[in-house]
Amino acid sequence: MNKNHRVPSNRSLSAVEVKSKFGAEFRRFSLDRSKPGRFDEFYGLLQHVHRIPNVELLVGYADVHGDLLPINNDDNYHKAISTASPLLRLFLQRKEEADYTFGTNSLTRKKNTVLSAVLLRPDATRKKTPVIISLPKDFRPVSSIIDVDILPETHRRVRLYKHGQEKPLGFYIRDGSSVRVTPQGLEKVPGIFISRMVPGGLAESTGLLAVNDEVLEVNGIEVAGKSLDQVTDMMIANSHNLIITVKPANQRNNVVRSGGGGGGGAASGSSGRSSDSGASYYGYSSHGGVGAAASMPSHIIQNFPVGEPESDEDDEDLVIEAGGEAEPIRRASSNYSMPSLPRYEPHLNLRAAASSTSALSINANGTLPTSGSSGSLSNANATSNTPSPDRAVDRRSLEEDGTVITL
Amino acid sequence: MKRFRRHGQESQRDRLKQELFQFNKTVEHGFPHQPSALGYSPSLQLLAIGTRSGAIKLYGAPGVEFMGLHDENAAVTQVHFLPHQVELVTLLDDNSLHMWTLRAHKGLSELMEIGRFTLTGPPGAPPSVTRVTAVLAHSSGELLLLGTEGGHVFIVEVPGFRELEERNISLDQVASSVPDDYIGRRNLEHIEALQENPVNPNQVVIGYGRGLMVIWDLEKQCAIQHIPATQQLESVWWAEDGGYILSSHSDGSYCRWMVSVEEVNEEEEEKSDIPYGHFPCKAISKIIQLPTQEGPPFLLFSGGMPRASYGDRHCITVIHSKTHVALDFTSRIIDFFAIREGPQHIGDPSALVVLVEEELVVIDLQTEGWPVIQTPYLVPLHSSAITCSHHVSAIPLKLWERVIAAGDLQSTHYSKRPWPITGGQNLAPDPPQRDLLLTGHEDGTVRFWDASGVCLYPMYKLSTAGVFHTDADPNDNMNQGTEGEWPPFRKVGCFDPYSDDPRLGIQKIHLCKYSGYLTVAGTAGQILVLELNDEAAEQTVEAKVVDLLQGQEGFRWKGHTQLDVREEPVLFPPGFQPFSLVQCQPPAVVTALTLHSEWKLVAFGTSHGFGLYDYQQKNNVLIKCTLNPSDQLAMEGPLSRVKSIKKSLRQSFRRIRRSRVSLRKHHVNNAAKLQEANARLEAELAEMELAPVQRKIEARSSDDSFTGLVRTIYFADTFLSDSSHNTPSLWAGTNGGCVFAYMLRLPPVEHRADEPVTAQSAKEIQLMHRAPVVGIVVLDGHGAPLPEPLEVAHDLARSPDMQGSHHLLVISEEQFKVFTLPKVSAKMKLKLTAVDGSRVRRVGVAWFGSSRSEDYGESGLVVLTNQGDVHVVSLPTVKLQVHYPCVRREDVSGIASCVFTKHGQGFYLISPSEFERFSLSTRCVVEPRCLVEVPLLSGSSTQRRPKPDVASSAHRNARQDGEDAEVLQEIQKSLEGDQTETCSLKAGAVMVMEAMVCLPQVIPGE
Repeated sequence: MNKNHRVPSNRSLSAVEVKSKFGAEFRRFSLDRSKPGRFDEFYGLLQHVHRIPNVELLVGYADVHGDLLPINNDDNYHKAISTASPLLRLFLQRKEEADYTFGTNSLTRKKNTVLSAVLLRPDATRKKTPVIISLPKDFRPVSSIIDVDILPETHRRVRLYKHGQEKPLGFYIRDGSSVRVTPQGLEKVPGIFISRMVPGGLAESTGLLAVNDEVLEVNGIEVAGKSLDQVTDMMIANSHNLIITVKPANQRNNVVRSGGGGGGGAASGSSGRSSDSGASYYGYSSHGGVGAAASMPSHIIQNFPVGEPESDEDDEDLVIEAGGEAEPIRRASSNYSMPSLPRYEPHLNLRAAASSTSALSINANGTLPTSGSSGSLSNANATSNTPSPDRAVDRRSLEEDGTVITL
Repeated sequence: MKRFRRHGQESQRDRLKQELFQFNKTVEHGFPHQPSALGYSPSLQLLAIGTRSGAIKLYGAPGVEFMGLHDENAAVTQVHFLPHQVELVTLLDDNSLHMWTLRAHKGLSELMEIGRFTLTGPPGAPPSVTRVTAVLAHSSGELLLLGTEGGHVFIVEVPGFRELEERNISLDQVASSVPDDYIGRRNLEHIEALQENPVNPNQVVIGYGRGLMVIWDLEKQCAIQHIPATQQLESVWWAEDGGYILSSHSDGSYCRWMVSVEEVNEEEEEKSDIPYGHFPCKAISKIIQLPTQEGPPFLLFSGGMPRASYGDRHCITVIHSKTHVALDFTSRIIDFFAIREGPQHIGDPSALVVLVEEELVVIDLQTEGWPVIQTPYLVPLHSSAITCSHHVSAIPLKLWERVIAAGDLQSTHYSKRPWPITGGQNLAPDPPQRDLLLTGHEDGTVRFWDASGVCLYPMYKLSTAGVFHTDADPNDNMNQGTEGEWPPFRKVGCFDPYSDDPRLGIQKIHLCKYSGYLTVAGTAGQILVLELNDEAAEQTVEAKVVDLLQGQEGFRWKGHTQLDVREEPVLFPPGFQPFSLVQCQPPAVVTALTLHSEWKLVAFGTSHGFGLYDYQQKNNVLIKCTLNPSDQLAMEGPLSRVKSIKKSLRQSFRRIRRSRVSLRKHHVNNAAKLQEANARLEAELAEMELAPVQRKIEARSSDDSFTGLVRTIYFADTFLSDSSHNTPSLWAGTNGGCVFAYMLRLPPVEHRADEPVTAQSAKEIQLMHRAPVVGIVVLDGHGAPLPEPLEVAHDLARSPDMQGSHHLLVISEEQFKVFTLPKVSAKMKLKLTAVDGSRVRRVGVAWFGSSRSEDYGESGLVVLTNQGDVHVVSLPTVKLQVHYPCVRREDVSGIASCVFTKHGQGFYLISPSEFERFSLSTRCVVEPRCLVEVPLLSGSSTQRRPKPDVASSAHRNARQDGEDAEVLQEIQKSLEGDQTETCSLKAGAVMVMEAMVCLPQVIPGE
């Protein structure tokens, strides 16, 4: 427990400790939290401290959720500084070595607004100067609108990606009644409605669901005739990959199918397409809030079966063999996998930090996970000491010797 | 082409399904919930009970039972058999009368409603005029006399319910002739009682609430005699010789009035008595007097207790000669009657049948000391509340006999006389096997029931309370019957809902039918291992404490303490005797339990973890804590929940108070204002109802409450580590979707007593969807579930296939999932919740035999969901086969109480005291099949019924000879009966019925 606060406690609060990693090298320095300066100054500073003055860099940092986010303008730079507590961890890459870039070309600028709308990064849109913005694949998908082409315009099919994040799904449903047009005229029928959003929850943050939206289907199954409890259980059973079809209470933001017209409709429509395009994504799981002295346990690569409409992710039950090696169960055909352990992460990281000084794969391999292609976990599993078994081991020991760790 | 073939296969499968599965609710076991009326037909020897939910149940000889349900959801207030008929009339709370009959159908019998009737008064009359308060089924079998609240008597012809207006006895007719000096003549009040003169069917006595009784001649339509009682009338009884009338009154008195043979108004109160007098007494609600061949009559009455000292007792007093006993029941008396000997049922009273709210008690009046006769049916299952149940199919004869022998020793206080209610014939075939149903109760007892047939018969009762120190004084019930106590109370009946110590409650039971080992586990984390012993034995039960926390810190158990074990030797009667005790620490409810008698191991789980106990060496083999450190609820025990209930109670009281206050504020002595306030309150209430119920949508996480709770535990001999060596293994599934597997190493048999058993962690599976694991089954190489321990050794099961690869079936509340063994990889699954929103509540493995070919059968999973539907899921392919609605989805306790048998039947509680039995199998159906005949007429001169005709008696003989050959004829007859409706019914002398349609439909063509 105390180890956790050992490092930051004797630092002044106004200073932000920065740990910057480029290749296998680390640099540590500090910044004044109140006067962070501008991004290009910061960029220069990085080139300076790493002694790579002429190298084009991509700058990324680990945010509090453990995600790798880019720093490429003043706003996200300031955000990074202000949220770093106590440590700001930076990951630098050569631009030409990266298998992806933080693009600046005009093609992506159009999507910029889309993505920022989806990801709720309000400060990104305020910029007047041309914004340097990441490609969609730099982000983890949170939600998407799907099946726009087959649904009536008044309906919206929303997919919520619960995987790999701590954020709660965060909404409530209730019974209600809705009016349907039938051959006999208007008819009042019982229905299920969204009654409340949990602030900060996934459902709220997507902006695609709202209070009083009527729920029509859950993962392709109509809810008509089902009780509130049944629908609740269905949603929870599908929570790893929840697809709900709603009739939004506010019909003004509907997707307009023809003509690709302006306004919000086009925006959400394109976002639906773009995030459902079958690309694969990375997420970096690391924890800013955990002890700074020890090196962090390595990254976790999370691959999302984004392209698959009916994902069978829950097949990947975690099996721990007596020897301590853990492997997620997967079907032979699937090329992705997903360790199931997020809830234990804080404990585990702490434990790993406290117990193991040997650095894991980042240090050992000396590379950022840039070379990993999608679906690399099985790969990694086979070749190196990858994080998931280690975590599993940690967890097992945690459970078996019953050490209580309270955070 | 391929498509076509597939279609063919599907239809073949559909046909097979029809041969294998069929859903029937077959019979209700136990005691009807909230009985409200009792009726008896001496000629049919049938007993009828009506309930508050509108059910009517008929019982005769063991196995003869019928059930009917009124469409109206109203309580049955009275039941009357028409004398010497197979019809009966019920009066409901909503003032409707219903005619039921026992009717022939396909060689068996059926209870069905054939008519309904509601009295209609003159236009504009208040409803009280036609509100029926008393019913007399006249001995002619053709008339029904209905006394009403308004004081009128309506006469109705039955079974057609035709009003005979000209014969009605109006209040005015009676009142005009009442003697002037009768105090209460201005208001005679409602009709309390109607009785027929046993020797002259033309005379009836009409008893009015005010006390006046009038003897009325039905033929002459005039009053013959007035009996001017002045106390509020409760009941009337006309003595058998017609010579006098007994009346009982609200002040606890009864009076005897002579009936004058001559028509002179010379009424005479011969005797008046308040049996428990001096101080004010409660009403005597019913009185009957029955003569004996030689000697004094029996006088029986209910109530009449001294108000202040014994006003709360439920008593029936029986006085015969010098013997006077006040039978003291534990619940309210509904009604009672006496059964009389002899072919005409007019001999000495042989038994007293008392229906009280929670049980039926029959008292043998012919044996010294009037012992209780054990009832073969209607047994109060809930004499202490049922907390769990366990079913064991196909009990070996040896064990069965030993259990019966142990039970016989416990029931020596019962009368030796046979069951006195013998109506009808039980035509059901003998049950194919011996089945046991074990129920665990709140008071720490386990009751063994013979569940093989239609009657759920009590066999043996095991009490575990003796192992522990409890607050109860064992001599508590013995200190009655002290000398000279008045009234002379005698406790009867076994309904005793008060548990001395709720920690004794039984939560899980597992019986090995081959070895006679039994393990039971209770509310305070106690696990007892018992052995069947035919001799009484005095022994000390050693307790072994198991700390399931395993050093887990931050724990505060706020629940109950563990039970205090008796350290001195305890004398255990013959039967199951405990020899080993495990006490979990913390003492939380045991949630999973299993026993392996071959390995001599018991495994158990609670909300904190699970353990493995070697009952041969009396040693713990394994303890595993499954607690999640962030699970506060499990850490603290049940108390914190109580707190939240308290809080919500407080809130609701506050809400009520607030609405009262708001009402008071508006309360001005002004009707309009009051109305306004009422409207406001209503609106408030409506608003409260409108406040929507919300459900949170959130993925399950590992720190939800009770994720560590162990839901299921299972032993299997299978391939856990490699595919060539099978080893004993232990499996446990938790609420958080986690499965733990341990490899067990058992010493060779010759060293079993001294070498330790070891358990080694082998596998741990965390289901991604994290739903509670409710069942674990290992399937052998043929896809069949592994047999029970010792089953193969006793040649009762095919030995499991160890050549092919084994599979692990994990049943969570949401999915059925098959994994390969030993390399636990997912093979197939069936999602239930994600598809239809229902969740698995109860699950069992059953074998279904085909109805068409003797040697074909399949294993399947039987599942009950939270929606109350039963599903059959095929093994090993986990595909849904059939589903049927079974329990109402609101009936949470019914769903939770369900147990499945190994042959596709099941039981669930439809009330605290009744099990509904259902069957999913076409081959294994236990249902009543019985026959009731119209009684041959007695010599009584009152009969005007047609004698049974030649055809029908020939018909009866024919059936007795060879029933199957006559089935077609029967069907034809019943069809004819249907065509000619009621008149043919009346003529039929043989009534055959069937309680269930049982023949499966034959599917025409290929």
